[in-house]
Amino acid sequence: MYPLDLTKITISEARTLLDRGEVSSVELAKEYIDRIRNLEKSIDAFVTVTEDQALLDAGQADKRIHDGTQSNLTGIPMQLKDNICYSGIPTTCSSKMLENFVPPFDATVSRTLKNENAILLGKGNLDEFAMGSSTENSALKSTKNPWNIDRVPGGSSGGPAAAVAASECMFSLGSDTGGSIRQPAALCGVVGMKPTYGLVSRFGLVAFASSLDQIGPLTKTVEDSALVLQSIAGHDSRDSTSLDVKIPDYVSNLGTDLRGFRIGVPKEYFIDGIDLEIKKSVLKAIDVLEGLGAEVKDVSLPHTKYALAVYYIIAPSEASANLSRYDGVKYGFSERDAETMWEGLENTRSKGFGPEVKRRIMLGAYALSAGYYDAFYLKAQKVRTLIRQEFEEVFETVDVLAMPTSPTTAFRIGDKMDDPLQMYLNDIFTIPANIAGIPSISVPAGLVGGLPVGLQFMAGALQEPNLFRAAYAFEQSTDWHKQTPPL
Amino acid sequence: MSDSMDLSIDDVKQISVLTRISMTEDELNVMRTQMKNILDSVTILNEVDTEDVEPTGHSVNVKSVMRDDKRGDSLTQDEALLNAPQTEGSFVRIKAVLE
Repeated sequence: MYPLDLTKITISEARTLLDRGEVSSVELAKEYIDRIRNLEKSIDAFVTVTEDQALLDAGQADKRIHDGTQSNLTGIPMQLKDNICYSGIPTTCSSKMLENFVPPFDATVSRTLKNENAILLGKGNLDEFAMGSSTENSALKSTKNPWNIDRVPGGSSGGPAAAVAASECMFSLGSDTGGSIRQPAALCGVVGMKPTYGLVSRFGLVAFASSLDQIGPLTKTVEDSALVLQSIAGHDSRDSTSLDVKIPDYVSNLGTDLRGFRIGVPKEYFIDGIDLEIKKSVLKAIDVLEGLGAEVKDVSLPHTKYALAVYYIIAPSEASANLSRYDGVKYGFSERDAETMWEGLENTRSKGFGPEVKRRIMLGAYALSAGYYDAFYLKAQKVRTLIRQEFEEVFETVDVLAMPTSPTTAFRIGDKMDDPLQMYLNDIFTIPANIAGIPSISVPAGLVGGLPVGLQFMAGALQEPNLFRAAYAFEQSTDWHKQTPPL
Repeated sequence: MSDSMDLSIDDVKQISVLTRISMTEDELNVMRTQMKNILDSVTILNEVDTEDVEPTGHSVNVKSVMRDDKRGDSLTQDEALLNAPQTEGSFVRIKAVLE
């Protein structure tokens, strides 16, 4: 028999046990289903649990393992954020608008994971349509932080981050438009990674802001993050922004020697307003990296302070266009009790969307409207160019940048709900990577008052190997990723 | 854009009409305050000289992608209608567009 708590192991450890026949995929799935049953009433990380299907799929995975035709993720129990379509299972976006929507097709990432026989345990809660930083905007439930259930898990991938932190799944996929993978990963003490824009297909991801959205993994370790990315990265003809590039071997690149590796520390990410204990943890982490042989130097990205403003023009603008499709005609919530088609449309959208979604649609529609387009949208796109160029220049002199993921640790549920602008500030350190389209990762780097702190790395476009190298070396020299919440 | 946005209640009302999101007077007032705060905060972009700067639509160089003009797999009619709130035969049913 296996000597371990099966819900505490990593993907690579599970792979070994499964391939040796020391544990079956069905046993693994059952362990996780039990844990979900025990913990969900306090964590609320799942919108849907797909227990029966998971056990059937696990049986299939065991056959493949028996036949020797398995791949990296065969038999591995996972969750998907509930804005990623998986055929036959509801995809709600945690919105009343899509509460009963059952996609008749798979997202490309879902198809890939199905082909590998990864086991879907269920769908993860999110801020409605991925708009938010605390998962409190979910119209269905509010997810709690496993480290302290009075606190938010971050967002918008709060369900995925909490599920991985609480060991309710071995990994989850989230989406990151302005930090929605990395910020909750930081607040829940797990590894969250946003790939280069275009590296992972967005086909079947419910669109929020199309030029910023990107799917990525939430895992317990950096090696697992590399393993999952290895599976889901690659060109897809069904996503017109998908990059047709050769995918490197992310996993074999991992090592702990950072000699000759250049790390930039941008001063704009250590500003007033950041929790001093977080600053201390991150600076300590940078010392650890220097101790591993990395060459650390101060750099400056002066346009960083404009990233939030650029984001809050571009993201709502694109959202207002994307969300115009919800009309109660082809799918989704529909308020039929109306005199005319127009009245029905208005009732559908007014009752189907929550407050934050309405705010962003209206803000975006205003920014795109005649007379304001140049002043807002075009101006933001031009500043976006300057931010992107500034990153390109800095990555000529360093391999990665290191900085905090979030200015604070997990805050109390309800604390920031009355002030949208305060809520938006949570993403101040993560947004620049989306604006520039570059890859970024958050890894656990400390505990402050019993709450996790995230260390963030950013690298140049398609330089994921550099990102994983830095993150892995740091992780392996510290014990932060081994800390688990007191559940 | 000036440093403080002049956003009237009529502006917000007009946006609510355009986006087909109806609101009560109270909701409109709250929305106006919140939108104004956010819009005031983005006026920081006025500081940036963007003369001769090209706009970035996508962070990667996106080229127009055309697929070959060949028939491929797609959803069946039944699958496409599966989520429609109201159907009739093989059609989606809605209220009359023109009265």
